[in-house]
Amino acid sequence: MMDRRSFLQAGAALALIGSSVPVRAMRGAKVVVIGGGYGGATAAKYVRMLSDRQIDVTLVEPNKEFISCPLSNLVIGGSRKIADISRPYATLTKNHGITIAQDYATAIDTTARTVTLASGNTLSYDKLVVSPGIDLNMNSIDGLADAYASEQIVQAWKAGPETLILRRQLEAMPDGGVYAITIPEAPFRCPPGPYERACQVAWYFSKFKPKSKVLVLDANQDVVSKPGLFKKAWAEQYKDIIEYRNQHKAIAVSPKDGLIKFDVQADVKADVINALPAMRAGVIAQRTGLANMANNRWCGVNYQSFESAVAKDVFVIGDSIQVAQLMPKSGHMANNHAKVAAAAIVAQLGGMDPNPQPMLTNTCYSFIDDKHVVHVASVHEYVTTERTFKVVAGSGGVSTGPTEREGGYANHWARTIWSDMLE
Amino acid sequence: MPIKIFRAGMVFGLYLIMTSSAAEATDVQILYTQSLAATCANCHGTQGKSVTNPSVLGLAGRPSAYIIEQMQAFKTGTREATIMHQIAKGYTNEQIKQMADYFASQKP
Repeated sequence: MMDRRSFLQAGAALALIGSSVPVRAMRGAKVVVIGGGYGGATAAKYVRMLSDRQIDVTLVEPNKEFISCPLSNLVIGGSRKIADISRPYATLTKNHGITIAQDYATAIDTTARTVTLASGNTLSYDKLVVSPGIDLNMNSIDGLADAYASEQIVQAWKAGPETLILRRQLEAMPDGGVYAITIPEAPFRCPPGPYERACQVAWYFSKFKPKSKVLVLDANQDVVSKPGLFKKAWAEQYKDIIEYRNQHKAIAVSPKDGLIKFDVQADVKADVINALPAMRAGVIAQRTGLANMANNRWCGVNYQSFESAVAKDVFVIGDSIQVAQLMPKSGHMANNHAKVAAAAIVAQLGGMDPNPQPMLTNTCYSFIDDKHVVHVASVHEYVTTERTFKVVAGSGGVSTGPTEREGGYANHWARTIWSDMLE
Repeated sequence: MPIKIFRAGMVFGLYLIMTSSAAEATDVQILYTQSLAATCANCHGTQGKSVTNPSVLGLAGRPSAYIIEQMQAFKTGTREATIMHQIAKGYTNEQIKQMADYFASQKP
């Protein structure tokens, strides 16, 4: 039972929590968000929520609806439809009063504090969130740019039309054929993604094309995420279908011969080639000089707020940042970056200091087949003395093995995080 | 939010009895707590309002003591879990108390 003292404390907490933050400087301030993925959409919603709708928010996103990368491997495997992983953006306007500009950001002027759009319109901002995701460097593999232009090789690493093209390629492949996925050196978007995709394609083959093979050709020394769990599933569930080869860095593709060339290893032939090139921060981040780290591949940020290391009042979140130790480029992580950035923006516009000790969580669920799932999870704390995020000692871990129970949780996770970012 | 006016009234009352710097400290602590609790929202719903209740438990409106007790049970392993034992170990007791008080104050 609650005693009188704790009752009064709870009452005080009730009065304080959920109340509006100071209106003063904040009302009518303008925040522009570039990119409506897991990072950007969440940032737009949370700036509105945390400011009690005092701050005007415009979200710039070229696509009409959101299509989730997480779970898109199930569309490739055939157990889900693209509609299952699509959600409208309109709820952000209806529920939160966010202005959606269905447009593409082409330039940022960090001095004048404006964003230029492909339509020619210009948006001015007090604070800018840049969440452009990744750009696929097609020039990192010879022949890939042409093969991609002719749709002979797609990546399907941004869920959407390419997801369906890859699905159709697998459906058209004769039984006894070979699907090959090439994986670039880490870091890349979605560390478990390529290995989950191998499982999903193998699941499809096991049901409909049992003589077919999946080749996983990895530039890395070992499976980058959940190695024990994936390799166990491949050895047991997909023994005669999946073959994993490490230290295979693809350098050239020739779709007419079905050929992949590597820096050291022998050539590989495949019927369906799914070559993932090296990745870097989204185009707008490179164009504006925000990508200042690792040979201009990723964007340096002040991790306490996610404010850009090179541009004041610009916050970079999601896959395009230079990550801290053990921080994956995942949708869940982008959603968590967004909340830290949104709170920091609201604090700054309200004349307050950003949270000195922000926290992040991450969970990546991976489907081994259409029902059984494994996860990796972690909790990250900002360590002031080192000015970076670190995994809290003793937190996090992986599943003991694939279960249907976690399959249920993975579906709940998707429905909930889509709601957390869009509804 | 029907109780918002009530809350706003109470906060206005607090403004009257506090100095302006004390009021600012209060505002900022609310913001930090909201931001901390938002790390649960990916799975438990925005402000702890679950969209898949009861499979993944909604936290909004749960008694603070209940949330604290469950988080401790996850931490020590007395409550079986697939993932929450790994997540719970990432938060200090003080952070858990802050989040629990926050969720308890949310309308389910």
